[in-house]
Amino acid sequence: LAKKNKEQKMGNLVEEYFEAHSSSKVLTSDRTLQKLRKRRLDQQTLHDLLKNAPLAYAAEIRDLNQQHESLFSKWMLQLHLGFNIVLYGLGSKRDLLEKFRTSLLQDSVHLVVNGYFPSITVRSILNSITEEVLDNIGTFRNPLDQLEFITKRFKEDSSLELYVLIHNLDSQMLRGERSQQILAQLSSLPSIYLIASIDHINAPLMWDQAKLSLYNWLWYETTTFNPYVEETSYENSLLVQQSGSLALSSLVHVLHSLTLNARGIFRLLAQHQLEKKDNPSYPGLSFQDFYQQCREAFLVNSDLTLRAQLTEFKDHKLIRTKRGADGVEYLLIPVDDSTLTDFLEKEDEDV
Amino acid sequence: QQIQENLNKQLLDNLLSFLSRSHSDFQEKTTEWTCKMKFREIPTAALVLGVNVTDHDLTFRGLSDVLHNNITPYVALLEAKDCPGIKNLMQKLMGQLMNCDIDVDSLEDEDCVQVSQNRVRCSMPSLISWYDSVTKKTDSETPRKKRNSSSRHWQSPPVVVIFKDMESFTTKVLQDFIVISSQHIHELPLVLIFGIATSPMIIHRLLPHSVSSLLCIELFQSLSCKEHLSTIIDKLLLTSRFPFKLGVKVLQVLINIFLYHDFSVQNFIKGFQLCIVEHFYSQPLSVLCCHLADVKERIYSLSHDQCENIRRLPSFRRYVEKQESGKQIELLINDSFLKEETEKLLEDLHVYHENYVQILRCLHVFTSSLPKYPLGKQIRELHCACLENRVWETEEYESSLQLARMLNKTDLVTMLQQCVEILMSSSGKEFDRAVQKLKEFLTQFQNLEAEASQERDVSVSPQKELQKKTDLYHLQKTLLELKESRRSKKLTKFEMLRFEVVDYIDSLVRRYLVPADQRTLHEVVYFNAAAVLRGHLNAAPRTALHTALNNPHWYLKNQALRCDGGGISNKAPDICIVYKLHLECGRLINLVDWLEAFSTVVMAAEEPNADAASSDQVDDVIHARFIRAVSELELLGFIKPSKQKTDHVARLTWGGC
Repeated sequence: LAKKNKEQKMGNLVEEYFEAHSSSKVLTSDRTLQKLRKRRLDQQTLHDLLKNAPLAYAAEIRDLNQQHESLFSKWMLQLHLGFNIVLYGLGSKRDLLEKFRTSLLQDSVHLVVNGYFPSITVRSILNSITEEVLDNIGTFRNPLDQLEFITKRFKEDSSLELYVLIHNLDSQMLRGERSQQILAQLSSLPSIYLIASIDHINAPLMWDQAKLSLYNWLWYETTTFNPYVEETSYENSLLVQQSGSLALSSLVHVLHSLTLNARGIFRLLAQHQLEKKDNPSYPGLSFQDFYQQCREAFLVNSDLTLRAQLTEFKDHKLIRTKRGADGVEYLLIPVDDSTLTDFLEKEDEDV
Repeated sequence: QQIQENLNKQLLDNLLSFLSRSHSDFQEKTTEWTCKMKFREIPTAALVLGVNVTDHDLTFRGLSDVLHNNITPYVALLEAKDCPGIKNLMQKLMGQLMNCDIDVDSLEDEDCVQVSQNRVRCSMPSLISWYDSVTKKTDSETPRKKRNSSSRHWQSPPVVVIFKDMESFTTKVLQDFIVISSQHIHELPLVLIFGIATSPMIIHRLLPHSVSSLLCIELFQSLSCKEHLSTIIDKLLLTSRFPFKLGVKVLQVLINIFLYHDFSVQNFIKGFQLCIVEHFYSQPLSVLCCHLADVKERIYSLSHDQCENIRRLPSFRRYVEKQESGKQIELLINDSFLKEETEKLLEDLHVYHENYVQILRCLHVFTSSLPKYPLGKQIRELHCACLENRVWETEEYESSLQLARMLNKTDLVTMLQQCVEILMSSSGKEFDRAVQKLKEFLTQFQNLEAEASQERDVSVSPQKELQKKTDLYHLQKTLLELKESRRSKKLTKFEMLRFEVVDYIDSLVRRYLVPADQRTLHEVVYFNAAAVLRGHLNAAPRTALHTALNNPHWYLKNQALRCDGGGISNKAPDICIVYKLHLECGRLINLVDWLEAFSTVVMAAEEPNADAASSDQVDDVIHARFIRAVSELELLGFIKPSKQKTDHVARLTWGGC
């Protein structure tokens, strides 16, 4: 009877789901934050306010963490036996991993990767391995070559050992198929030991059979209830006022929702800006030149469409216009050059 | 630890050798075939390997080794992840072939230079020069190499290119490669091998007719992974070579992961490895888990604490309780007496294992041929059933015995012969009697056969009588008599014997197949923590998150958090309150309403301690806490900002989680 009951409940749930998703009409009130006559908090004041608010249940959380810390030596053993460790559960696992690092890895070579950092790429992880661990300054054409080089070095020299700690393996920038593939191959090397933490509920979706077997995970539940301080500081919430320059992840995000032509327009501008990056007095691309170039690339067909497109960019704070001394409008992307380079590379990969 | 690593290694070696052996005939077939091929089209072997992609690595490595050793070809292994474009593919292919060349000929001076040159040229980014270089490469260099080497070798050996995972290659790359290489097939005898995970249909799906007509495909089938599993279980669990054993629950978990999730032998082995690690790490008495020869030494080096550990084992306590009081005291106090006793018990355990395996196999011979397989078809199912509880008390066993009593003679005889073989192969003296008994049965059967032929002669006679007497009355009478006699006929000798055999087998089962956890000191060699294993191998992050958010009391042992069912305790951590509130909403959530609901709940919690003196300040703090909680939920993937309506977020989950 209980089972039947459950089945019925399941059936109801399914029906409810389709009911909720059938119509595009949503029944919520129309109130908006603007009407709340409350100033929006910015990042700094938010931080200050939260610092003053006491953390609830500190004692219990400490108990919980001590339980997890008792597992450290076991982790070490299992890492050495060829397993890699992944931590899941509610709460930030940053402090836990930090503690693991300071208590056990002090003497050995280790690398900490802050996955939640919005401009991290696999390239930068690989670079830090080749440059700082292997002392190789050479550049590589693509990550695959670099990976091959690393594999070769680690296979040749059995005394090399490396611990890699990745906070938030499932973050925006690392969750791509290629990045995961490379990280998995890296972690399958016997002298590289990987400990990672995941938070997103759908994180396991990014691994298929082959990757899972490369990773060779051992799962550990470490529910800490610690607030995600560092991790969410980069998460641009709706409620927080935007400040500072654009991050790579948001740039990519916005661009992905645009049409192909719009992306092409932005690309053109970015390429132009990169070409002129060594010239400090470069005022930006003038509108007329830009229009000409766009026409040649068949991206726009009239002055008006380009203007409309540029207005959209402006609304998203992707470009800035400046009027020069001669009254001509100049277009600039207010993003630093390295981010722009990364962005173009990423685009190339996607295409 | 050292023991454990030894054991680990031993085990893995065993597995590897076994796996490569199981593939060898399959590989040999392929090799033979590659030798035979004449090249007008590109000869292609399609290996259908099954969905357990992770295990194929070993197969391919073995295959390329075999191909290498039989000096046929240069072998290149290509993986889809290395070849996103034809450029990378060619580059990789050239690199590997060149390396092969060096390996085989050990000619390093020239070729080394060439390899590096080649790589540089391969990487030239611009499209046109790339095409030039590719044509140059294929036109001038590979054939030259071909000619060079063919002059050195006894015949022109084919170049074998293995595509490890056919499904994940890009269609275009594959097609281009085939078309390109088909142009040069006369100068460069290529042989392609596709590793296919699904079905051969995929070749026709990936390649259009024009391309697949360039190929001459032959299909090869590999062993199914279930057979692998059963052989592995056979080799690993049902031997007395390894002292370490798995408990029922653990075995079931491992088999379930295999059968219901991934079909991957590699993962099964990984799980087994983990069991070993866990066992030797957590169980203090696992030192004693070793071969019988080492046991004595180790027992005598035990410290007092370890002896105490032995005394604390539940199975040992049960054992002590059964002894008389004098011995009990001695066992509980005197360490050296305990050690002697332990040694005896461990020896018993070893003997038990050996006997267990043999009898299990015998029983399997019987049960595996029964209709409907009441005790399972595979030996692993039988093994699980025997470990789980007393097998002779189960219904399935009862029904299988009944079925066994109805077996016909030829089957029974062959089965008995098999049993005898199995028992003979075991070294223990224990079975001499059993073997004798079974042999006796066999001879009796042979006798029966002889008797049966005589009997047939006898049975002919009444019929003859029938023919003699022709009058109706007598006929009727004799017929009735015959019928009567047939009905009330006592069991024939054969049937009697059959019962006897079955009963004997039954008795054997009862004697030797006692489940392991009823033996004393079984904790030393059996690993039984299934929950730990499942947690590590087959984790459920979503469930963990759900319980943490729904029921924080589970983790934070605080009385204030205890609440019943679906209600929201207003003392829970912020994120739990926000989560509970979000569960009540539909598809979209209005941030303002959400904030207000949250502040109401939190205010209710704080009202008792602080009256709303500085309400503005408190408001700000609550606002900040709300922002933190919402962004945490966003990080966890429960919600995402939505553009459908201003200041709304969309829910990404449905139902409970």
